[in-house]
Amino acid sequence: MSPTSLRRTVSQSVAGRSPVGQLPIGVLALQGDFREHLNVLQQLGEAAVAVKTPGQLEHIAGLIIPGGESSVIDKLSRLYGLAEPIKAAIAAGLPVYGTCAGLIMLADTVLDAIEGQQSFGGLDVAVRRNAFGSQTESFETELLVPELGDVAVSAVFIRAPVVEAMGPSVRALATLDDGRVVAVEQGSLMGTSFHPEMTGDTRFHEYFVERVRSRR
Amino acid sequence: MSEKTSSNESGTNRVKRGLAEMLKGGVIMDVVNAEQAKIAEDAGAVAVMALERVPADIRSQGGVARMSDPDLIDGIIEAVSIPVMAKARIGHFVEAQVLQALKVDYIDESEVLSPADYVNHIDKWNFDVPFVCGATNLGEALRRIAEGAAMIRSKGEAGTGDVSEATKHIRTIKGQINELRSKSVDELYVAAKELQAPYELVREIAETGKLPVVLFTAGGVATPADAALMMQLGADGVFVGSGIFKSGNPAQRAAAIVKATTFFDDPSVIAAASRGLGEAMVGINVSDLAAPHRLSERGW
Repeated sequence: MSPTSLRRTVSQSVAGRSPVGQLPIGVLALQGDFREHLNVLQQLGEAAVAVKTPGQLEHIAGLIIPGGESSVIDKLSRLYGLAEPIKAAIAAGLPVYGTCAGLIMLADTVLDAIEGQQSFGGLDVAVRRNAFGSQTESFETELLVPELGDVAVSAVFIRAPVVEAMGPSVRALATLDDGRVVAVEQGSLMGTSFHPEMTGDTRFHEYFVERVRSRR
Repeated sequence: MSEKTSSNESGTNRVKRGLAEMLKGGVIMDVVNAEQAKIAEDAGAVAVMALERVPADIRSQGGVARMSDPDLIDGIIEAVSIPVMAKARIGHFVEAQVLQALKVDYIDESEVLSPADYVNHIDKWNFDVPFVCGATNLGEALRRIAEGAAMIRSKGEAGTGDVSEATKHIRTIKGQINELRSKSVDELYVAAKELQAPYELVREIAETGKLPVVLFTAGGVATPADAALMMQLGADGVFVGSGIFKSGNPAQRAAAIVKATTFFDDPSVIAAASRGLGEAMVGINVSDLAAPHRLSERGW
């Protein structure tokens, strides 16, 4: 499936529903590249809102946790009372997509965390922070993601994490050539080690939006 | 790297500029040793900047300021999991080679250190590690980007605790971008000449209304309100140098500046963060500094 054909499917499914009363998709905006996610959602014709306070969580249909520094996003989310409501929303089935630091925040287990670092959890995975080494080991590559068709996804890994272990209900969406898992989904949650919000390829976001909008 | 396949590309523009994108909305703190780096990380810094002495000490002690001792940089990299940046002297490409070999995550080609070359900056395209460079105006920012900088910070006046130069520089850069936006295409050639910057970059900015790289601000930020001021003026994030470790209670002040940077548009959060921080760094008014002692005039 080409990127365009998938986009068409998504926009049809959105257009088929009344936009009146449709809740926007939130992007956690404490730190990191949240603007890039907001831009992609808007580009897809979705109402998108930056989420900084607990009250805003009550009025969203899905949540994206952006790239950034996971130790900082963790700290700020606890300090400003977002961590517990986000955990509750995840438990209640809110669709959530995390990229890079966002994947770390969704992982039940974080390896190489700083002392006292916590995550929201929900994804039954163990994720290693900064699994490739320093910035000079950061890279971009092409990844085949069967779920998104046969055109490879261009993927940017920046001091990126990898999924080192996953429970039986977690499905790998993409792996590196060496077999390491870099994109996963489980129920209403998904996460990628890389940053689709940076490349102009919107297929991961469309995949997530479809999941949000098909939820009853 | 054994774990990478042949199709993987490191050191690309996207990868270099991308790390700066991930730091947005955050605070990068100057540290001189592993202990300070740990305090910064615990306070919520998105990255730390390793240097030999903080700017206030460089200013008061004088002498030539250089790249940090490699042992100190190793110790800082060992102590924290957030990105570690380190400063090299302007034009000192061998210090930059050394820092890349030490595997720092970002190099700051910085006017805070004594310049090693009064004519040329480092050719930053030659490196896999990304560079951040200082700028006082749009032309300077674009010249650095043309040389390969993947992130820009407005210079301010480091080591003073006086935020006025930081304000001037971010306002200048933003204002010049807005001026370009209002120009017609045939006026951009002269604009490029006047900015002393490559035409292609000038044209790109006229079209997009923003720099192609992340823009942080630096130099004189000492309080939570200073940091929020920079964010409200349109900075993507903030560097804090002497303002933290030259204050009465570094850990608490560092955490407060992080909060004010995130909630820069919420005065009640900034007010709460500003309480009970103890002494701010003493500070020097930039207007009292004789021109030869102004660091922001280094680099061109």
